[in-house]
Amino acid sequence: MNTLSILMSAFVLSLVGLGFFIWSQRSRLLSRTADGSEVIFARGEIGHPETSTPHRALEGGGGTVDSQDLLDRAAADASTAPVVFFFYCCAFVWLLVASAAGLTASIKLHAPDWLVSEAWLSFGRIRTVHLNAVAYGWAPMAGLGTALFIIPRLLKTELVGARYAVLGGALWNAALVAGLGSLAYGVSDGMEWLEIPWQIDILFVAGGAFVGLPLILTLLRRKVAHLYVSVWYMGCALFWFPVLFFVANIPGLHRGVEAATMNWWFGHNVLGLFYTPLALASIYYFLPKLIGRPIQSYNLSLVGFWGLAFFYGQVGGHHLVGGPVPAWLVTLSIVQSMMMILPVVAFTVNQHLTLKGHLAALRHSPTLQFICLGGLMYAASSVQGSFEALRSVNVITHFTHYTVAHAHLGLYGFVTMVFFGAIYFVVPRVTGRDWPWPRLISLHFWLAATGIAIYFVSLTIGGWLQGSAMLDESRGFMESVRITLPYLQGRSVGGALMALSHVVFAVHFVRLLIGGERSTEQSSAYLSAPGAI
Amino acid sequence: MHSETRLILGGLTTLAVATAALVVLPYVTVRDTPPVEGLKPYTSAELRGRTQYIQHGCMYCHSQQPRARAFAPDAKRAWGRATVAGDYAYDDPPLLGTMRTGPDLMNIGVRQPSDQWHLGHLYQPRAYAPGSIMPAYPFLFELRDQAEAGETVVTLPPDFAPAGKVVVARPEALDLVSYLKSLDRSYPVADAANVN
Repeated sequence: MNTLSILMSAFVLSLVGLGFFIWSQRSRLLSRTADGSEVIFARGEIGHPETSTPHRALEGGGGTVDSQDLLDRAAADASTAPVVFFFYCCAFVWLLVASAAGLTASIKLHAPDWLVSEAWLSFGRIRTVHLNAVAYGWAPMAGLGTALFIIPRLLKTELVGARYAVLGGALWNAALVAGLGSLAYGVSDGMEWLEIPWQIDILFVAGGAFVGLPLILTLLRRKVAHLYVSVWYMGCALFWFPVLFFVANIPGLHRGVEAATMNWWFGHNVLGLFYTPLALASIYYFLPKLIGRPIQSYNLSLVGFWGLAFFYGQVGGHHLVGGPVPAWLVTLSIVQSMMMILPVVAFTVNQHLTLKGHLAALRHSPTLQFICLGGLMYAASSVQGSFEALRSVNVITHFTHYTVAHAHLGLYGFVTMVFFGAIYFVVPRVTGRDWPWPRLISLHFWLAATGIAIYFVSLTIGGWLQGSAMLDESRGFMESVRITLPYLQGRSVGGALMALSHVVFAVHFVRLLIGGERSTEQSSAYLSAPGAI
Repeated sequence: MHSETRLILGGLTTLAVATAALVVLPYVTVRDTPPVEGLKPYTSAELRGRTQYIQHGCMYCHSQQPRARAFAPDAKRAWGRATVAGDYAYDDPPLLGTMRTGPDLMNIGVRQPSDQWHLGHLYQPRAYAPGSIMPAYPFLFELRDQAEAGETVVTLPPDFAPAGKVVVARPEALDLVSYLKSLDRSYPVADAANVN
């Protein structure tokens, strides 16, 4: 079969498939009153941002908010508080570990004789510790913690079996400690994103099952007829990730270049079908809550969801453009990478229309700043990724730091920013304490945003120059190395700012725990401002 | 959406389509590609060296997949012809790599057949490649007053040799060098049409 016919049939099949899914799952597709988007609000609550405790929102609403709905929400929050708190504490630890490892790796690339006496500190290991601490530590702990908080709220029920989720989280973290330890010691399965030895992976599977089962049982005990957008993303992510992780880590199953295609099927899907849906679900929940109005178009969110589910799974082959793998596979992945523009545009338009007229809220609410910046970076990194898959662009950017910049735009600019926002929203609700120093939230935001901007711009330019130099056969290879040096230093500056912002974040969290005041009416400046937090 | 069953089944269907394309089809078609004629299985020293290569994360900066002439000038950098699936028949897992912070290594054994060059370069890359940003690996070596019988002494350029000491390669370094020298895909492949 020639490339063009594969391309066309993949394109047509995807569109037909997508159309069928949306048709089969539509909720009165053309109806103007898509009440599904209002399910996250208590009756009468629309127009009132959830800025404080339910108790206070009730008074703020002048007694018009349905108190039974608010009691349900309080019960849901109470059932999840200990487990969410535990997951977030772990997330903070892994965030700091990952930052230290990442910054060390970054500096080593322009100071190659720094800290070379210990094997575990060498670039190849500390970089891997960084990646795995983010991939299996920070991102899932923050994401699953947020899912544990949101899902019972959306289903208006209590979390079933919270203690099993705590046990699962403990197993998961034990596995990660063992995994990072073995990577630092030099035991690795040798495939990117799948380095942790498969023996330890068994512990991850057990831990993941103990976290996932309570959420699935909760889903079955729901007290709402309608499943909100966030439930689609989080519900599917909870099924997608175990399949990915299990299939990818079965020892002896994958070999030769098939192992390479599987590697990038996993590597890209863990981003696209696990972190991305958890973060998008958070945006779909927190954004409307923070501005007090439902999302603009329920139908666009259907397109965004099924588009992601359909196209994202098949994009992984673009990591092997020009490689020794079947050509049809790479072509398929390039086509589906371009198709990803469809759900991304659907999401972005929806976010823009929802926010329209409420931009002023951004000024008062740092949480909203994190969430909105994250949403924008989802669009930016996705569109960039689509074009990066094209052969003409890929031939320059493949094998360069440009790809590293892109990966950080997605996993930091988008996913991590959204989780920061989620944590600022959720922590006061699970601890019953206010963030003591609101200014530190702004400091965190600006350090992180400036840091990732410097990081991204430096590495994007440096990577492009590196790739152009490598493509020009008249220039020696060393020139492609030398040309990147100032940009690698720029990356370390950006990375240092990001790491500093995480220290600020963690110090603030610790201060909240050891000395924070119980939240009371009007107790702090940030809660008394409308739309704050 | 009102049914969690339809939601989850739909989600699993989309993932099944993706898995069929990127995992199952390659499993059926290329997983057991026989080795290309001319490719030798690794010796046990080379395999131990391959483990060292993985342990130290060499694949995070070095690819092992030269691309076709029509696509990129990899061959003109002496990195070798484009590889085919059969070139990786003994590679478990394959170490294709995603970065070229350093050069492609699929044919480093052809370009640098010297043990001493490899050992010295691992001890201090900048002694051989000025401007290199590769980490030094001093922990793969030992500094001694004098070498014992049977040990491999590394001869370094005078500016980089430690004063009054000799640098002795540890077994790990010797294994790693065996592996690097085994990287040779310079034999011809039959389906040249797919390669160039």
